[in-house]
Amino acid sequence: MTYDAGHYDVIVVGAGHAGCEAAIASARRGAKTLMLSMNLDMVAFMPCNPSVGGPAKGVVVREVDALGGVMGQVIDKTYIQMRMLNTGKGPAVRALRAQADKPLYIQEMKQMLENEANLTMRQGMVEKVIVEDGECKGVITETKAAYYAKSVVITTGTFMRGRVIIGDLSYESGPNNQRASVSLSEHLEELGIELVRFKTGTPPRVNSHSIDYSKTEIQPGDENPQSFSYETTDVITDQIPCWLTYTNEFTHKVIDDNLSLSAMYSGMIKGTGPRYCPSIEDKVVRFHDKPRHQIFLEPEGRHTEEVYVQGLSTSLPEYVQKEMLQTIPGLENAEIMRAGYAIEYDAVVPTQLWPTLELKTIPGLFTAGQINGTSGYEEASGQGIMAGINAAAKALDLESLILDRSQAYIGVMIDDLVTKGTNEPYRLLTSRAEYRLLLRHDNADLRLTEIGYKLGTIKQERYDRFTEKKQLIEQERKRLSKIILKPEAELQAIIEEAGGTALKEAVKAADLLKRPEIKYELLEKVTPADKELPADVKEQVEIQTKYQGYIDKSNQQVERMRKMEDKKIPEDIDYDAIGGIATEAREKLKRVKPLSVGQASRISGVNPADVSILLVYIEQGNVSRVANQ
Amino acid sequence: MESDTITAISTPIGEGAIAIVRLSGPEAIEIANQLFDGKSLIDVDSHTIHYGKIIDPSTKQVAEEVMVTVMKGPKTFTREDVVEINCHGGLVSVNRLLEIVLAQGARLAEPGEFTKRAFLNGRIDLSQAEAVMDLIRAKTDRAMNVALKQMDGRLSQLIQKLRQELLETVAHVEVNIDYPEYDDVEEMSHQMMIGKTREVYREIERLLEVAKQGKILREGLSTAIIGRPNVGKSSLMNALVHENKAIVTEVPGTTRDVIEEYVNVRGVPLRLVDTAGIRETEDIVERIGVEKSRQVLKESDLILLVLNHGEELTQEDLNLFKAVEGLEVVVIVNKTDLPQKINLEKVKELAADHSVITTALIEEKGIDDLEKAISETFFEGDLDAGDLTYVSNVRHIQLLKQALQALSDAMEGMENQMPIDLVQIDVTRTWEILGEIIGDTVHESLIDQLFSQFCLGK
Repeated sequence: MTYDAGHYDVIVVGAGHAGCEAAIASARRGAKTLMLSMNLDMVAFMPCNPSVGGPAKGVVVREVDALGGVMGQVIDKTYIQMRMLNTGKGPAVRALRAQADKPLYIQEMKQMLENEANLTMRQGMVEKVIVEDGECKGVITETKAAYYAKSVVITTGTFMRGRVIIGDLSYESGPNNQRASVSLSEHLEELGIELVRFKTGTPPRVNSHSIDYSKTEIQPGDENPQSFSYETTDVITDQIPCWLTYTNEFTHKVIDDNLSLSAMYSGMIKGTGPRYCPSIEDKVVRFHDKPRHQIFLEPEGRHTEEVYVQGLSTSLPEYVQKEMLQTIPGLENAEIMRAGYAIEYDAVVPTQLWPTLELKTIPGLFTAGQINGTSGYEEASGQGIMAGINAAAKALDLESLILDRSQAYIGVMIDDLVTKGTNEPYRLLTSRAEYRLLLRHDNADLRLTEIGYKLGTIKQERYDRFTEKKQLIEQERKRLSKIILKPEAELQAIIEEAGGTALKEAVKAADLLKRPEIKYELLEKVTPADKELPADVKEQVEIQTKYQGYIDKSNQQVERMRKMEDKKIPEDIDYDAIGGIATEAREKLKRVKPLSVGQASRISGVNPADVSILLVYIEQGNVSRVANQ
Repeated sequence: MESDTITAISTPIGEGAIAIVRLSGPEAIEIANQLFDGKSLIDVDSHTIHYGKIIDPSTKQVAEEVMVTVMKGPKTFTREDVVEINCHGGLVSVNRLLEIVLAQGARLAEPGEFTKRAFLNGRIDLSQAEAVMDLIRAKTDRAMNVALKQMDGRLSQLIQKLRQELLETVAHVEVNIDYPEYDDVEEMSHQMMIGKTREVYREIERLLEVAKQGKILREGLSTAIIGRPNVGKSSLMNALVHENKAIVTEVPGTTRDVIEEYVNVRGVPLRLVDTAGIRETEDIVERIGVEKSRQVLKESDLILLVLNHGEELTQEDLNLFKAVEGLEVVVIVNKTDLPQKINLEKVKELAADHSVITTALIEEKGIDDLEKAISETFFEGDLDAGDLTYVSNVRHIQLLKQALQALSDAMEGMENQMPIDLVQIDVTRTWEILGEIIGDTVHESLIDQLFSQFCLGK
């Protein structure tokens, strides 16, 4: 028997990086939201590396922020080190990465959640979702509490039927020896949801006092750290460095000698692991000629001595992990505080989801984060906010939100997941984005703040600031495109000093800025704006002007893509009624149920002829409907 | 309404004295007018036809003498502006015309696209929708089949090699971006990138040169007629050519030199090569002819082996069968007007999978069967004379040109010192375009390359 424990608009199951964003977004859209976590001390816990951001991922953090999410704000308040990556490359691929203070991050996030209006937090292990008349109506916990809601978001990460493996030791567990969620997994299968088994892993943590840092190279943070969030005003300048060391032939010999003991190679692990996050065993086996691998030593926080040994993810037995560490310069006497382990878990095959992250077969039920086959805190966070926005939309009958591939990395990720699925834990890479020049970290606010404002997740004050910034950029670009600079001595000297060739004739200021050696700061000297512009405005003016040719080209491609995206496929289309479509394509289309012809064309196995036929079929305006319609 | 202008050859290739290149779309008239030396096509009345010349803008030379029909939408097949350029019916001329039109900014139509536009613009009745879909399916499948069949194995290999080089370059840049701290790979510099792209650029340029000579599609299927002297080889050639070019004689060995003639058999372009009879001979003049014959034989795409119905099979005939083993052959038993002495069962046995046709060329009998057999050998089945073999290769040329353009964009970017990750956008584009030629555009392979080439991860 269950008891009625309360009624809500939206219930979020899980309080990891997806759950936190989902709950806050839902609450901020005005939905009465309940967050259920099996352990409220582990809110926004980072079970693996102590860092947030990086290429593509860092852009996602900014996108989440521009949509009114919190990951950026929380990391800005708690980081121990901040670095801008790829500064030597173009603006499209620059990205922020922070080293996180894990315990502080948890505290900060927990407080944020606790102070959120409309949001209730409760500890509890969910075992079942309530499905009535084919729709999701709530959840039931192991203590028989029944919570009712119009929509439910499940964000259970790697907990579902989690199994930790260290050498030949294997036991049921979530990450970091938390309880695994077994009943829920079985229950979802009973509901007809297809699950897949994935694997990931984590390296050992060692005590900082036992490391000889003199044998390693220092990796400091930036002198002028930047922030993820557009809300952040103060930066933390007191930073803690990371350290770099390397494996060597002795390390590799230890691995070679003990390979048969690794759970990865003994056949104990059946799940598919991610290629981009291989265990050290994998690296040594697959790239046997490589004499050394990088090992980064990353502190887990300001008030702990635990150090994360990045690069040494492993499922070898604990004593082999110790032997391995002893061969590495600086770690000869390292004391393991926690051993590395591999973890297997159940994930939902993501092609079962609409692009809103709602399950096609069970209206009202959403999934987000690692449960959808992704990996990474940022990927989870990006899905979380989208699921929260859309779950609230469902409950309150508001407009739902789908971002396309030209709007955000979040759009790229979700489109990939629901259209193509994934056969390994999915990680965002810049190469997954066709229009990465448009998806820069510096313009995430320009891309998405407007949307966040309309959703109600961005407050008026911030929106006003944003509008002002946008206006300043436009004004300044307009000004530069009108001003003509004559080849006078002062200007020629500035150009020469920058290493450029002297002007032969008068030139528009905007055209001069297009030269690779001319920065906005130089231009400013000869033609200053009416009043001093903020740094981020100057940055935008420079990027938008300098790379205009490439940006225009990308925009043209986007326009072509949009044409196909705008051709909507009726939800109740009957693919069996379309004669000319090839069998494989038909099966895939029936499974994925693409919303547009554009999405259909990205399904592997659907070829251009099938797309043409689909197009003709839809345009005839005579779509044959499914029988029960 | 679609926004771009499409074009294709809309008559079966080579058949008939006239071929038509059709354009449809908002710029159809503009494009034709830019190429046309005659009246201004923009000012002429709709549904009128005009004589003039097509000037190739790249050479400023007269390319074709043509009649151009201008039809303004919506009273056209597609309801868009349509221009039809009528030119001489040879393969070479219509192909050149199509290329000029493409270079002027029209896009090569997809299979069935004219019909699709007609449908989408409401020109075709709704009840015909099914038929339109069938048409697209059939035409696309056939185009793909033919394209695959037409694709030279070496071309495909070369494209794959170029793509692999580009892919490695792109993956290199990607790894620099996604794993900025990964120290095992050098940062891709402009200089390294220039070296790699220049190499590929030259290869594509060379391919385009070769494509200009486009063996089968420009010159036809090289076809050798072989047989003992006086079995009717020249008569066969004449029958196919429909005019008397080779010398027909009753004296063995009078056709000594290799003569070439270009014909079109039911949409299959043939370059006929008549050879001196293949046989051992002491005659010095004839021997030169025989050697030439053998040489030609090896290079032929199709061999027509002629036997004499009025004589028994000789050792020389058997030698010929041996010589053509493993090649595309049609066996012709000629002179059925003479009493049968040949053992037809034996001939069929020797011919194995190849067609055996009986003819009396002197009486013009059996020529239809022969043409059908040739056509079937080439198309392998029930295909009619489509323009698809042809177009698929024009398509290759178009794509190669696009690839070259994308690469030169990349090189220009490097000259302007654009960041490497921007330059790489154009390199990736080149890789994608080349993939379209061999039908491989799966984006995922970049990520596969990334993780197989580099040891990455935390």
